[in-house]
Amino acid sequence: MTQTDTLAQIRAIAMSHAQAEGPLLPLLHAVQDRFGHIPAEALPEIAQVLNISDAELRGVISFYHDFRDAPPGRRILRLCRAEACQAMGAPALIERILAHLGLERPGTTDDGALTVEFAYCLGLCACAPAALLDGLPLGRLTDAALRTALEEPQC
Amino acid sequence: MLTLYLPRDAAALAVGANAVARALKDEAARRGVEIRLIRTGSRGMAWLEPLLEMEQEGERLGFGPLAPEDVPELLDNFDTHPKSLGKIDEIPFFNRQTRLTFARCGVNDPLNLDAYRAAGGLNGLEHALRLSPEEIIRDITESGLRGRGGAGFPTGIKWETVYKANGTRKYIVCNADEGDSGTFADRMLIEGDPFLLIEGMAIAARAVGAARGYVYLRSEYPQAHATLSQALQIARRAGVLNRAFDIEIRLGAGAYVCGEETALLNSMEGKRGVVRAKPPLPAHAGFLNCPTVVNNVLTLAAAPTIMARGAGFYRDFGLGRSRGTIPVQIAGNVRRGGLFETAFGMTLAELVTDIAGGTATGRPVKAVQVGGPLGAYFPPYKFTTPLCYEAFDDQGGLIGHAGMVVFDETADMLALARFAMEFCALESCGKCTPCRIGAVRGTETLDRLRAGDPAARPLIEDLCETMREGSLCALGGFTPYPVLSALRHFPEDFTPVQEAAQ
Ligand SMILES: Cc1cc2nc3c(=O)[nH]c(=O)nc-3n(C[C@H](O)[C@H](O)[C@H](O)COP(=O)(O)O)c2cc1C
Ligand code: FES
Repeated sequence: MTQTDTLAQIRAIAMSHAQAEGPLLPLLHAVQDRFGHIPAEALPEIAQVLNISDAELRGVISFYHDFRDAPPGRRILRLCRAEACQAMGAPALIERILAHLGLERPGTTDDGALTVEFAYCLGLCACAPAALLDGLPLGRLTDAALRTALEEPQC
Repeated sequence: MLTLYLPRDAAALAVGANAVARALKDEAARRGVEIRLIRTGSRGMAWLEPLLEMEQEGERLGFGPLAPEDVPELLDNFDTHPKSLGKIDEIPFFNRQTRLTFARCGVNDPLNLDAYRAAGGLNGLEHALRLSPEEIIRDITESGLRGRGGAGFPTGIKWETVYKANGTRKYIVCNADEGDSGTFADRMLIEGDPFLLIEGMAIAARAVGAARGYVYLRSEYPQAHATLSQALQIARRAGVLNRAFDIEIRLGAGAYVCGEETALLNSMEGKRGVVRAKPPLPAHAGFLNCPTVVNNVLTLAAAPTIMARGAGFYRDFGLGRSRGTIPVQIAGNVRRGGLFETAFGMTLAELVTDIAGGTATGRPVKAVQVGGPLGAYFPPYKFTTPLCYEAFDDQGGLIGHAGMVVFDETADMLALARFAMEFCALESCGKCTPCRIGAVRGTETLDRLRAGDPAARPLIEDLCETMREGSLCALGGFTPYPVLSALRHFPEDFTPVQEAAQ
């Protein structure tokens, strides 16, 4: 994709949301759905279409945990570390998983295969510990089950 | 033909419901048996998921928790299968409930509007459309319904305020941000009976004169998002939603504080999810400065029952000033976790011991956190507390969204107190200092306590008081609940390391 294509797409996404009541969050979600993150070159386009300042836009994007400023890995694993999952051993599980992946903290593996993020409750608290892998829920998680899920081909 | 029901609720999917569905279809095809597999919401018995149901002579028989390997033997012989649970209605966890809001959840295809109607759906809205706004508000007020999002504010009064507020444009905003750990009732309802929420919002719209509704749904719930999007389309096609009232979904973006109603409104307006000072109340100046009802999913979903069956019917359940039913969510380290809808008034002991069956690990229960990350930790000697707003208030706790997280004796209460501070620091919107700075200092001070600094203890108590008194919203204001309750009820976990070693 060329730079001009990207800009044209971002502009089109921005325009398609411009008339909504409170358009910015749906717009940012749409951009991230399309590109996996909010590309830096999107910012001036969005600011211009919505007639807001660059500072305001950056302020909003940085406020929300969901929005990324860099492309994620090919798969995204969100590990829950909230209380119900803690009660079922999530802290130790998370530590082992990160070590297995060669990560010190949440982030993307060197080969770009996987991005690990922390989540604070996924609503799966009665089958803790829980995670979301590319949006698919995983519960009663064990090391083995998680490794298997990560090795399965992406659907 | 065999009619089978299997949930596609996120919790069922999380433990392999789709693999069971595939195994059922493959095995049935291999044998040339015709089956009809209906995907449903969940009954809320999470420990039995994936929970398959079979219809037999008008009864539902349950089988679970199923693995794909169980399927061939199951098709050989349903009656004597080791995972047979008998009649669903007779499972004690299920038959001890009073299911009003969740009556339909898990029974049928959540997107089948005809089935919804056949089970009494839309009766409440049809009744409401025959009433004046004042009459609807009177019924909601008389039912005693209080907000299920946490603060327990009387719903009738909120609707009346919006109804009487000046303004031609008014909004219904459904708070489906459900950020509290240990809670999943909103998610289950949206995935299992989305038309009930739509009906409830339409009733609220009729009562206050709103033409537009929004559901602010957290992004951590992709399955609920998909189901609700489809349900809205179906409701539109059927005319349940129309030009007079329509609903749109707004996705959150991973900020816990956006569950707080004013931060939520800012977020919907495309701003940082910063808490607004009140007044003005959202009921006077909410979304885009217009009068706005902000209600939790379960509050709105209670309205159809009240409309269809009467204020008195609903009010007759409950205890004191806590009327109706509350869907308790039992989670964490429990043998039988899930959703248990009951009239207010059951004690924690009944819920933890009888209903949940103690811990999953089999070790003694050490603590139960009620009401999410801002809720207090209860030690076993306080389990006689009945679940209702007033009793919890008296005990220095809160019901919140009625999540209960159970911990066994291995829980480290100092680590949990520290997590409460860490979470507050991470999620603080930054507007007020006690929350923004206090939570960071709280984390550090608890680390000092862990390292053996005896001066840290009075500091923590003092800091908690500052946060409680000085924070703008309950994020900073209630974080002291888990911290101080852990400190008071489990002092042994806070003994500095050196002292403990002596
Ligand atoms: C930090 C914080 C988080 C909150 N999160 C939620 C939430 O996720 N869902 C919810 O319904 N209410 C939440 N609330 C309560 C809302 O501010 C508000 O009271 C509620 O949505 C009103 O609806 P109700 O009257 O139906 O309970 C939260 C409050 C605070 C202070
Ligand atoms: S606490 Fe982990 S899913 Fe709710």
